[in-house]
Amino acid sequence: MSVAVAQKVRIEGVTKRFGAVDALNGIDLTLGDNEFVSVVGASGCGKSTLLSIIAGLEDPTSGTVTMDGHDVLGPGRDRGVVFQQATLLPWLTARGNVEFALRGEGLSAGERRTRAQEALEQVGLAGFGDAYPSQLSGGMQQRVALARSLSYGPSVLLMDEPFGALDALTRRTMQEWLTEVWEHHRMTVMLITHDIEEAVYTSDRVVVMSPRPGRIRQEFDIDLPRPRHPEMIATPEFQHVVREILALIHQGDVD
Amino acid sequence: MTSNPTTTMTAPTATTTRTAARRRRPVQAPRLSRAAYASTAVVAFVVLVAVWWLLTALGTVKPIFLPSPAAVAQAVLEQATNGQLWGDLGASVYRVMAGYLLAVVMALPLGVLTGALPRVEAALEPLMDFIRYMPVVAFVPLTIIWVGTGDAQKFLIIWLGTFFQLVLMVSDAVRTVPVAYQNLGATLGLSRMQILLRIVFLASAPRVWDALRICLGWAWTWVVVAELVAATTGMGYRITVGQRYLATDLIIGYVIVLGALGLIFDQIMRRAGQAIFRYERSAR
Repeated sequence: MSVAVAQKVRIEGVTKRFGAVDALNGIDLTLGDNEFVSVVGASGCGKSTLLSIIAGLEDPTSGTVTMDGHDVLGPGRDRGVVFQQATLLPWLTARGNVEFALRGEGLSAGERRTRAQEALEQVGLAGFGDAYPSQLSGGMQQRVALARSLSYGPSVLLMDEPFGALDALTRRTMQEWLTEVWEHHRMTVMLITHDIEEAVYTSDRVVVMSPRPGRIRQEFDIDLPRPRHPEMIATPEFQHVVREILALIHQGDVD
Repeated sequence: MTSNPTTTMTAPTATTTRTAARRRRPVQAPRLSRAAYASTAVVAFVVLVAVWWLLTALGTVKPIFLPSPAAVAQAVLEQATNGQLWGDLGASVYRVMAGYLLAVVMALPLGVLTGALPRVEAALEPLMDFIRYMPVVAFVPLTIIWVGTGDAQKFLIIWLGTFFQLVLMVSDAVRTVPVAYQNLGATLGLSRMQILLRIVFLASAPRVWDALRICLGWAWTWVVVAELVAATTGMGYRITVGQRYLATDLIIGYVIVLGALGLIFDQIMRRAGQAIFRYERSAR
């Protein structure tokens, strides 16, 4: 656990029950300021539920989530969420989708447009502002979704398997690209994924969860230097961590 | 290529030639070009009219039961020149539009609420399902007792025949909008009403438009039903007059005009929908 960083989000004793099912049981987790944390685990371990609770889209059965010392009582613009599906509004252009998120910021139409264009530039889609979602590839759609989340400046970014619906090649490119973007614009990120290499490559810390009941199994500090490069994936240090995490997850399968 | 090439060929070439000659057709029938589609449709129409003409020309069916295409065209032309066709058309179009628009204006908000709010759904959907299975035709005598035989009764019949269906179709369309969209709205800090209006309703709009188009077709059926029973103008009324005088050419002519009218309205709705919801089509 990295103790040096200031705490941004604090999850204490969070439990979530769906009827008789223990989706989450006694979760304690902290997200440090400007820390990139990934959560991995077999399906059904409650990792997406945990994200929904932090986002305020679901209430915990017991326990608390605090952000900057204040209780999280519902969804809000201080936490941006990127979903597995890009959830772009199909009747708006890429820029229109970003502008949609900027409504309510008290900006003029011109300022909204400028800010949206900047956000699209940030994700490398400066030339695609007028394209409709149906004209963009899956990877580009997800980048627009990220631009939308970044545009209004939330202090925490929650990503729920954002690349899960993409093909393997695109996914790899997106992982490298996301890491690069984050290394330039540091912020607190929680990434839910089932791709362990993705988790290790992008993160400062990887949290492994196990199912039935969903709880935290172990946390791994990733000490690989930044900026990260794709060549690191082949190194023994990288593969060692990946294997360790994999072993932990498979061990959970058996018992 | 001969029909049986294997007999004259040696074994190895025979197999290769055979696969080339007997290449299996793709499982899915190939798409037609626009021109091929249109010409096939026209040919089907022409064949139908030709069969009709043949039956009457050969005297297989008496003109009193099935007049010739020419006689029907003549009857419609006569109605058009003496102005009665336009009067009947105008009356029916006016009734359809009034009754249908009334149903649309009421069904849209109710359908959205039914689709979005479980409490409203529980209150309205079983009720609407029950009412929509009541035969609208059976309401004709009742509506005459209620509001008389004027235009209001026609509006009411059209409304009864489309409103309940429309509410259910709109609420279904709203329910197909993925929950992720609502979550998105919530994380952007929108209120439930804002999510409903700015996201869910707009996301369901293409499906809602389809429902509107289908219901407009039904509205045409209901106006004729209402006019057949009690009216002094309109397409349905003229058909009952035709029955009184055994004017089968007029009846068939009017039925064809009704069919064409339905087709035109449907095409207008279709084209408008394609223009409004252009964003759905991928340009790649």
